Amino acid sequence: MPMPDWLRVRKTQTQTAPGWTKCPSCGELVYRPDLKANHEICPKCDHYFRMHAADRLAMLLDGDFTEVGGEIEPGDPLQWVDKRPYPEKLASDREKSGLSEAVVAGFGAIGGFSVGIGVMDFHFRGGTMGTVVGDRVALLFERARERRQAVIIFSASGGARMEEGVLALMQLAKTTNAVERFRRDGLSYISVLTDPTTGGVSASFAFQADVVVAEAHAAIGFAGRRVIEQTIRQKLPENFQRAEFLLEHGAIDMVVERPKLRDTLVRLLDYGIAAPSFSRNGSR
Amino acid sequence: MNPIVDREKGLLELEKRIDELKGLSASQNVDLSSQIAALEVEYAKIQREIFGTLSPWHRVNMARHPKRPTAAEYLARLDQFDELHGDRHFHDDPAIIGGFAKLRGRRILAIGQQRGRDTKENLRVNFGMVKPEGYRKVRRLFGLASRLGLPIVTFIDTKGADPGIGSEERAQSEAIASCLYALAESTVPSVSVVVGEGGSGGALALGMTDRILMLEHSIYSVAGPEAAAAILFADATKAPEAAASLRLTSEDLLRFGIVDEVVAEPLGGAHRDRETTIERVLAAVDHNVAQLSTQSVQQLQEGRYEKYRRIGALNTKGMTAPELRS
Repeated sequence: MPMPDWLRVRKTQTQTAPGWTKCPSCGELVYRPDLKANHEICPKCDHYFRMHAADRLAMLLDGDFTEVGGEIEPGDPLQWVDKRPYPEKLASDREKSGLSEAVVAGFGAIGGFSVGIGVMDFHFRGGTMGTVVGDRVALLFERARERRQAVIIFSASGGARMEEGVLALMQLAKTTNAVERFRRDGLSYISVLTDPTTGGVSASFAFQADVVVAEAHAAIGFAGRRVIEQTIRQKLPENFQRAEFLLEHGAIDMVVERPKLRDTLVRLLDYGIAAPSFSRNGSR
Repeated sequence: MNPIVDREKGLLELEKRIDELKGLSASQNVDLSSQIAALEVEYAKIQREIFGTLSPWHRVNMARHPKRPTAAEYLARLDQFDELHGDRHFHDDPAIIGGFAKLRGRRILAIGQQRGRDTKENLRVNFGMVKPEGYRKVRRLFGLASRLGLPIVTFIDTKGADPGIGSEERAQSEAIASCLYALAESTVPSVSVVVGEGGSGGALALGMTDRILMLEHSIYSVAGPEAAAAILFADATKAPEAAASLRLTSEDLLRFGIVDEVVAEPLGGAHRDRETTIERVLAAVDHNVAQLSTQSVQQLQEGRYEKYRRIGALNTKGMTAPELRS
């Protein structure tokens, strides 16, 4: 199956958008093609840019990608309005990101291993999880269970999506049940935490995997940094809630630099995560 | 200051005067019945004014009322309760009270989130905000319930999970995620009741059950109204507006198909008649546990999967404003 159209659009956009981008960390101007060639890492200061889902998929996949759940689109169940009505925010994010929602899910191969793969994108509503993200993630696990394939999910999320209220909160429940049913059948799942992974996503499927990998420097936690600072009324140290901090406290399996991420995943899949031995002969 | 407490002041004064007049009439043997009747009419009028129509913000404050029955009071009213402590790793979180219990003669495993009734207790239980060690105790007890075949009953009352440095160091996210996972894989019936505040993932960790019940004036929300206001309007004082937008009342939750049953509170709120409230909640829990207990493990797990699976874009997209606001 060929790549879906939106992936092409997105790729063309980045390819035909040369020029310069300002690094949010060091403030230096970076030539876009250089940035792309360097895995979206600032060549000057080593800052990791937040990746678009399409670029992430292009970096990982051997070739084709078959999307699932792409047709599931958000409604406005709460008739939500704050500074702007919710549908307006969705429309502008759709326009800016080229995405229909905050996660892209589907099937492809990495290093010859066929896997289900989900990539969250912070550029759409801060990667927040509403009903569509919940539906697509659950569907990914359900389809992968039918196909008896492993799942890899890249998380990048500000947590549950406020504009969908308690319906968004219930997506923690839906995705948890989907992960549990999938793993109960002897299938395995790798979670990759990228910057940032917080709130309802970190408190559900992102931390329910067989192996939890974090991309270097990623901010990972339950409560947001600002919330904690307001609660304790003091500044937090710079490394607080960073991937390296979590590794030190025993919360994750490994921290991997972005250029080595794909090879690391292939190695992990090879240990049996891609195809558990007992599932092949039908018993443990 | 809690606006519900403020509004109740007039009522409480009237109540006192009625009692005084009644006492006087009895002890002095004078007929004050017309004055008493007039005050009672006045009392009923004010009561209707206050509680007849409560805004979402008032509901939030009912849920947080300092005199509202806490989880410990529900646990105390079970036939029997034997507390089990600790997460076996680090600490015993006093914000979680859990253990073996009997409800109407049936063996269960009961767990509650304990909000403090006064400053002293609040300091001890961290204002009901559970830490990772608390969630790990919960996870342990969930596992124990499945092993022994005991139905799980939880009483939810928390603003949210503890947002402190220590909680982050001890992986609060993982602690909550593993409680959810334990409920997903459990082989026994589970029933939760939101008795006060159902705040975010910190509440759901005890709430992803086969049946969800809610006391009428409890709330259940993706974020506290103050936090939501701070994020959305950059102004925490807009919490009343945020409370309305969040659709956090028991009627909203029932309409969304998340909550299975709303337990009515006595007029004026749970704290005005604690006995009746607790009795009603335990009766509702009992009949839900009884219904679930007839199901096989497979039926329970299928039902649980479907319950949460259908709360999604496809089912909520077609919902219209009148349906949500009726």
